[in-house]
Amino acid sequence: MQTLEPGALDVRTGEREMTLNMGPQHPSTHGVFRLILQLDGETVVGCKPVMGYLHRSSEKLGEMRTYVQAVTLTDRLDYLAPMSNNWAYCLAVEKLAGMEVPERAEYIRVIVAELYRIASHLVAIGTFGADVGTWFTPLIYTFREREMILDMTLLCAGVRMNPSYVRFGGVARDLPPEFIDRLKYFLDIFPAKIDEYERLLTGNEIFTARTKGVGILPPELARAYSITGPMLRASGIQYDVRRAEPYGIYDRFEFDVPVRYNGDCFDRYMVRVEELRQSHRILTQALRDLPPGEIRGKQPKVLKPPKGEAYARLEGPKGELGFYIVSDGSPNPYRFKIRAPSFINLGVLSQLVVGHKVADAVVILGSFDIVMGEVDR
Amino acid sequence: MDLLSFLQNPFGVIGGAIGSLLSPILPGWLVSLILIVLGIAVVAAIIPAIVMGEIWAERRIIARFQDRIGPNRVGPFGLLQPVADALKLLTKEDVTPARADKFLHYIAPLLVLAFSLMVWAVIPWNKGMALTDINVAVLYVIAMGGVPTVGFIVAGWASDNKYSLLGGMRSAAQFISYEIPGVLAVMTPVLLAGSMSLQDIAEAQRRVWFIFYPIIGQLAFIVFLIAGVAESNRTPFDLVEAESEIIAGFHTEYSGMRFALFFLAEYANVFAISAIGATLFLGGYTFFGLESAIPGWIFLIGKSLFLVFVFFWLRGTLPRLRYDQLMNFAWKQLLPIGIVNMLLTGIAVSLYQAYLQPFLR
Repeated sequence: MQTLEPGALDVRTGEREMTLNMGPQHPSTHGVFRLILQLDGETVVGCKPVMGYLHRSSEKLGEMRTYVQAVTLTDRLDYLAPMSNNWAYCLAVEKLAGMEVPERAEYIRVIVAELYRIASHLVAIGTFGADVGTWFTPLIYTFREREMILDMTLLCAGVRMNPSYVRFGGVARDLPPEFIDRLKYFLDIFPAKIDEYERLLTGNEIFTARTKGVGILPPELARAYSITGPMLRASGIQYDVRRAEPYGIYDRFEFDVPVRYNGDCFDRYMVRVEELRQSHRILTQALRDLPPGEIRGKQPKVLKPPKGEAYARLEGPKGELGFYIVSDGSPNPYRFKIRAPSFINLGVLSQLVVGHKVADAVVILGSFDIVMGEVDR
Repeated sequence: MDLLSFLQNPFGVIGGAIGSLLSPILPGWLVSLILIVLGIAVVAAIIPAIVMGEIWAERRIIARFQDRIGPNRVGPFGLLQPVADALKLLTKEDVTPARADKFLHYIAPLLVLAFSLMVWAVIPWNKGMALTDINVAVLYVIAMGGVPTVGFIVAGWASDNKYSLLGGMRSAAQFISYEIPGVLAVMTPVLLAGSMSLQDIAEAQRRVWFIFYPIIGQLAFIVFLIAGVAESNRTPFDLVEAESEIIAGFHTEYSGMRFALFFLAEYANVFAISAIGATLFLGGYTFFGLESAIPGWIFLIGKSLFLVFVFFWLRGTLPRLRYDQLMNFAWKQLLPIGIVNMLLTGIAVSLYQAYLQPFLR
């Protein structure tokens, strides 16, 4: 069993091995992602991921926009959890420019970020079920709850997708009262729904047979490849940016960081399910303690941060999302660098897939929970 | 002749009438030939009707499992949806890949469909109402059920597509693995009824269905059901056409009517296996004596539809097994159970014949 060298495509197709291209158009590659597999029968002996099909030069565009305009670019990175992206960028710029954020805005930021963590994990769980073969039944169940979250976003930001809601110094608009009612309703029904997903998937013998022992990521390898997020926590390393370097007001909330020790696909799935429950806890506390007040701090008409650089990171649903902004005193950023967790996590894909069967390659890729907007930027 | 007797065997009555009408005019062999051709035409006409009903039912039922409605626009309750599907497939361009083997690509769907339909010839709809009642019907069913696999392999190879090839290879392995436990499970009703004719097996269940026989009936039924799901390539054994991995498996490169033939064959197979299962284990057209009052084929169709519902239920709920797990399951778990079950059945039957039967006489 050998791994292909990076940048080299093995063309020994005349022999027993077959090159299979799980091309950019494929029902299971979670977006436009290409995976070139070298197969010996049904076993994968070589793997080369090819990305870049969704590259939209966000980083270069960021340099050509003003700071405020660049917020819209961040939405389109991890489009399943846009609020986290907005927030990470705003953290970096607020660090750079030294802006204050009022209390209420901090709580609202936590609420929307955790709501979108739930939304992103719902997609991850649903599509993971679809990858394992359950013909979309868990997908439809999880999307039913995700619809509620999108409707809430519609209320507070005016759009369901790409809201650009979290802004420098706070949030764009205040929460309408219907939002609070809907959030209360959602929090009431959600724990029962998590149990429903678990009944369908976790206890299912076929599901556990497909996912246990598949794609085991040892903790040393995870450290070496800078893996973050649920993938890391499924391999036994209990690292969460919300605990390691709390941002916003996360140090005021009581929540556990789920960790599992086997590092296989089942554990990654279970970490995400448990994070659903923990996000629910955080949301209940945030809703209870939400203070009245302003939603945006003072800020100048044209934002020209002083010369310097700042790196801010937060725990997005996919992993550690970081923004490195360099300012040269002008209204546009000089460097707009995004540390995308899905892209970094993908580095270890070929290590995990080699040695497994084709069917497992799909399951392993599903357990990574990548979103191509982030991978390609 | 009253209505009930007519309904008990409508095609038989009509066939008899046509036969007596034609026999003065035409030679005997020609009359028989005409009647046989008419019988085949009738069965061949019923199959698409049942398959269309199945397609509609599957989409509505699986939609309900997924907390949604399913097709409800085309016709009342979406009943004309399969018609719309058929029309769509008819109007699509028939594409053959450039480097595919044209002849093989052409005959593969025919192989699959023809032999899936052949199984329907022996299903006993009522006493005396089967297209043909051969005394090795069970053997015939197993044999005819095996040839479509050849069609899948041919389709996979002839498509000049690696995904299809993978699908075809998987299909061969899967079918062989599940054929043997399936045959062993089918042996139980054959041993209990003492005959391989499906008609005799159904008659032998007049008083009590074979599924109610303690242990041997239930085990055999479960093994038969699992093998049946595997042989018709349905979830959880649908890795042959696993959409999320190999797109559409062996029928990736088929479009239009040729794809429709595969589709038709799959659903015809599902119903045929359900009908055979209903005949072997659930009493077929008998219903503890009620079949003298209500035509037997209603009971058979009802039981088959129930099994078809179980097929849909499995599809809506379970994930798919991986290739090696599937073979593992067949060879290491299902096969020993099948062997043990056949052993127990043999012991039970011989003990019954030796000791209980003379006593009960």
